Amino acid sequence: MGIDSLIGGTIWDEYSQKVTELMNNPKNMGEITTKQAEAMGAKLIVADFGAESCGDAVRLYWAVDTKSDMIIDAKFKSFGCGTAIASSDTMAELCKGKTVDEAVKITNIDVEKAMRDTPDVPAVPPQKMHCSVMAYDVIKKAAAQYKGVDIESFEEETIVCECARVTLSTLREVIRLNDLTTVEQITDYTKAGAFCKSCIRPGGHEEKDIYLVDLLAEYEKEKMAQTADAASEGNIDFAQMTIVQRLKLVEKAIDENIRQMLIMDGGNVEILDIKENGAYFDIYIRYLGACSGCASSSTGTLFAIESILREKVDQNIRVIPL
Amino acid sequence: MRVYLDNNATTIVDPHVFAAMEPFFVQKYGNPNSLHQFASDTHKPLKEAMQKIYAGIGASNEDSVVVTSCATESNNWVFKSIYFEYIVTGRKNHIIVSEVEHPSIIASAKFLETLGCKVTYLPINHEGIVEADTVRDFITDKTALVSIMWVNNETGAIFPIEEIAQICAEKGVLFHTDAVQAIGKLPVDVSTVPIDYLTISAHKFHGPKGVGALYMRKNKELTPLFHGGAQMGGFRSGTLNVAGIVGMGKAIEAAIDGLDFEISEVRELRDRLEDALLDLPDTFVVTPREKRVANTILVSFRGIEGEAMLWDLNRAGIGASTGSACASEDLESNPVMEAIGADADLAHTAIRFSLSRYTTSEEIDYVIDVVKEAVVRLRGISSSYAYAPEGHSDGLDVKSH
Repeated sequence: MGIDSLIGGTIWDEYSQKVTELMNNPKNMGEITTKQAEAMGAKLIVADFGAESCGDAVRLYWAVDTKSDMIIDAKFKSFGCGTAIASSDTMAELCKGKTVDEAVKITNIDVEKAMRDTPDVPAVPPQKMHCSVMAYDVIKKAAAQYKGVDIESFEEETIVCECARVTLSTLREVIRLNDLTTVEQITDYTKAGAFCKSCIRPGGHEEKDIYLVDLLAEYEKEKMAQTADAASEGNIDFAQMTIVQRLKLVEKAIDENIRQMLIMDGGNVEILDIKENGAYFDIYIRYLGACSGCASSSTGTLFAIESILREKVDQNIRVIPL
Repeated sequence: MRVYLDNNATTIVDPHVFAAMEPFFVQKYGNPNSLHQFASDTHKPLKEAMQKIYAGIGASNEDSVVVTSCATESNNWVFKSIYFEYIVTGRKNHIIVSEVEHPSIIASAKFLETLGCKVTYLPINHEGIVEADTVRDFITDKTALVSIMWVNNETGAIFPIEEIAQICAEKGVLFHTDAVQAIGKLPVDVSTVPIDYLTISAHKFHGPKGVGALYMRKNKELTPLFHGGAQMGGFRSGTLNVAGIVGMGKAIEAAIDGLDFEISEVRELRDRLEDALLDLPDTFVVTPREKRVANTILVSFRGIEGEAMLWDLNRAGIGASTGSACASEDLESNPVMEAIGADADLAHTAIRFSLSRYTTSEEIDYVIDVVKEAVVRLRGISSSYAYAPEGHSDGLDVKSH
């Protein structure tokens, strides 16, 4: 862990000069009234996103020229922290002069980049990135209202990490292609989870339908199912198997080759445990019925069981009767 | 002008405390437990400081007041030792805390839960106070420990510790209180209240950071967390922080001496600030004044997100806080506001002003002016105070201007 993580941040010191200036003097803060819109010959659109109870809310006003679909003027009001106010202001600025269809393509990343002082230094620290997401969502809401359509019609894909705009399908693909097993790896590959961290697991700033940990669990399950299939077809090394897979395979070999014989003699056998012992796999068994106490159980029968398991399952098996 | 109103997070070191500590860096640096005159140089001042700390909380010489590195260490020590002594041995399986304890208590309790301990998180009432009767209701014969803070760091609410301690004593359950916010704000006396363990922290009462203490009543001593050279009677090994202990001794003495000033002068300034804040429309204060320590206000400004208010205060040189200061990087809503069941819209609007004996009347006048301006500016930006045209019903409720 590096020094920054150890001593924690002072998030305000990481704001760009632009964010600071916009928070102090937002340019597009305000309202557009129905009368003002009419005077411009435009249609007034008012869209809300978020709620005060969640800590962030924004209201976007658009005056749209209905002939050209052009956004002539945009204003905002916002309940939120400095980043929320600055990014709402930037978002309103970016909307102006664009058609509604063009505006819908503005992402929170465009908003964040527009607030940078220098192109390669982020405008806000990672944990503040989610404050710019709201600015993006409210545009879609306004556009949906203008076009009289459902807001979902603008979202072609499910977004899991809103801050970095990483989709569900991208995440699924990257996890499988690179055999990722940890959240840190996902973040390294896709940036998902690098910002507000809400998408990592439940309990963060925002509630999600699916989290990164769910995607990892999903892939893990898939891999397990694959190995289980491979194991039942005998395509996998005994040493690579889980304990359950090993037990199943040993049971299967005994069922198919030994158990019938024992039952015919009025006995049986049960597998108690399989333990790795250096290079060996020690299989502990217990004789049942007539087998227990039978002289051959520690000689002939035992050798028979052991040699069948060595042949059918693994060379390094030792059978130990209790 | 720079005004510091975040004294529940940490305080300025009293210049007299600083002066008392200074000789113990360059002039007197001997390990007090060594056998030479360098040790003797530090041993006597160390003993005097310990006597002041004992006196500061009314501890008898048969009790143990073990100096630690901070309140977090003291609180962790109690929980982890209770686990070693009672939970892991199977004697008990249950701990009671309040839902508004400091993170060092809540996180320790959550950790013990992962080890199989059961934890009850007691609710606070609408005034932000834990009622003593709720403690009684949840104690079982398997309860090992009750831990309730004396004063809440967010609201300044005073919890009924005398009563709760009495209930625990009657039921034979160990009782710990985190008294970090109580020292210098109200009388803390373990000789009259049956408290088994009590946590304090020097930097909350104008002492140095990095010095805390845990009081343990006679015959209630805990298993140490730090094993080593048997300093602090074997309860906490590690070379003694002589300068820190001397600083805490001086600071607690000054805090006790200043108690009258706190409940008269500091209270007067606080009340003047609070009256002015409540004169503004749509502002709310949590916990009635008479049930709070004299220095704290937790106030909500409807329609203004807490961090935005902090921004405007900071621009004007004023330091205050939203949530618990140590957690202000987390950006979550104020836990106390949630716990008292405040209107959900208010959960992110709370600001804490906490004064000290160093706060001046001029500073309070200035803060009142700045807050008034900030409220106008930020409500001007706020969507909850915004115009919505006729028929616009989705989204936010529109509050009156």
